[in-house]
Amino acid sequence: MSRRPYMRQVERSWWLHRPRYVAYMIRELTSLFVGLYCALLAVGLIRLSQGAAAWDGFVTALASPPGVIFQSICLVFAVYHSVTWFALTPKAMPLMIGGQPVPGMAIIGAHYAAWAVVSIVVLIAAGI
Amino acid sequence: MSETITLEVLRYLPETDSEPHFQRYTVPYKDEWVVLDALNHIKDHLDATLSYRWSCHMAVCGSCGMMIDGEPKLSCHAFLRDYRGGVIRVEPLDHFPIERDLVIVMDSFMNKLSSVKPYLIPREEKPLSAGEYLQTPAELRVFDQYTQCINCLLCYAACPQVGLTEDFVGPAALALAHRYNLDSRDGGKAERAEVVASNEGIWECTFVGACSQVCPKQVDPAAAIQQTKLSSSVDWLKDMLTPGAHK
Repeated sequence: MSRRPYMRQVERSWWLHRPRYVAYMIRELTSLFVGLYCALLAVGLIRLSQGAAAWDGFVTALASPPGVIFQSICLVFAVYHSVTWFALTPKAMPLMIGGQPVPGMAIIGAHYAAWAVVSIVVLIAAGI
Repeated sequence: MSETITLEVLRYLPETDSEPHFQRYTVPYKDEWVVLDALNHIKDHLDATLSYRWSCHMAVCGSCGMMIDGEPKLSCHAFLRDYRGGVIRVEPLDHFPIERDLVIVMDSFMNKLSSVKPYLIPREEKPLSAGEYLQTPAELRVFDQYTQCINCLLCYAACPQVGLTEDFVGPAALALAHRYNLDSRDGGKAERAEVVASNEGIWECTFVGACSQVCPKQVDPAAAIQQTKLSSSVDWLKDMLTPGAHK
């Protein structure tokens, strides 16, 4: 009897076949916008180093309609990225206390609490 | 006439076929039947040439994994009642070569599995006269979940990285490596790291998470891999700070 194994190829559209793969690809896409926003912050630092006029121009550009739209899009993707990441933390960082596993919701809740604390500290530091 | 249900089964006979094709079979519908029962009916009454693997019929042996309506499932665990009113598409597991019909070639998995040394490598060899390597229930709980793997390969069929990157060690093998790394009796972590912490090991995983969603035994390989990434990174950092001290 002859052996002739047949290998089926993965289609380019594999990620469209199941909702879980679409959700994964959206999550991968969020990295692009998180990266773009990081680049925007880097540009802000460069403009700050170039003096008051350069900085004022940067702030004006941020407040312009294209600037607001860009930041809003980045915010949506950053929130999607953060929420899905927090949901995954119990898998990556399970905790055992007293020989018993800590419930996943407690680990996720701790991340949201830390997020809130850091946000408040940043807002206070920014004088808002 | 009693109710029937139709299965559309991927057939591949290497002696005659240049590529796989679908063949339809209509079988009796029974509430308590699973897809495996339907395949057994086909084999016994309709077409004895159909090939597929199975053994226990109770989600223990891990032999009967197939794509059922595009989802990796144990065919002994997929009830016809959940597919009532439609045609059930049955295919061999994705990402593996097809040997014949629903039978896949799993040699690549066996090689990957053995490459991560999925067995106890004791910290210190003891003579038999010294007795067992003892462990407390709390120490067992740390890795117990990862011992449930039945090597059914549903996770390999669900993982896009397995399909796209031939050399990726894959979810089940990495979960088993993690199981032994977590074992209080084991000292083989550094030996396993050569494969586990390589590019083809944990770092090929992009945390799609599908492996854990399809696992019929709640092993959660995605969790095992992310935990291994974390511990490998810590080991790498320790080695950078104090070279050679952690071998």
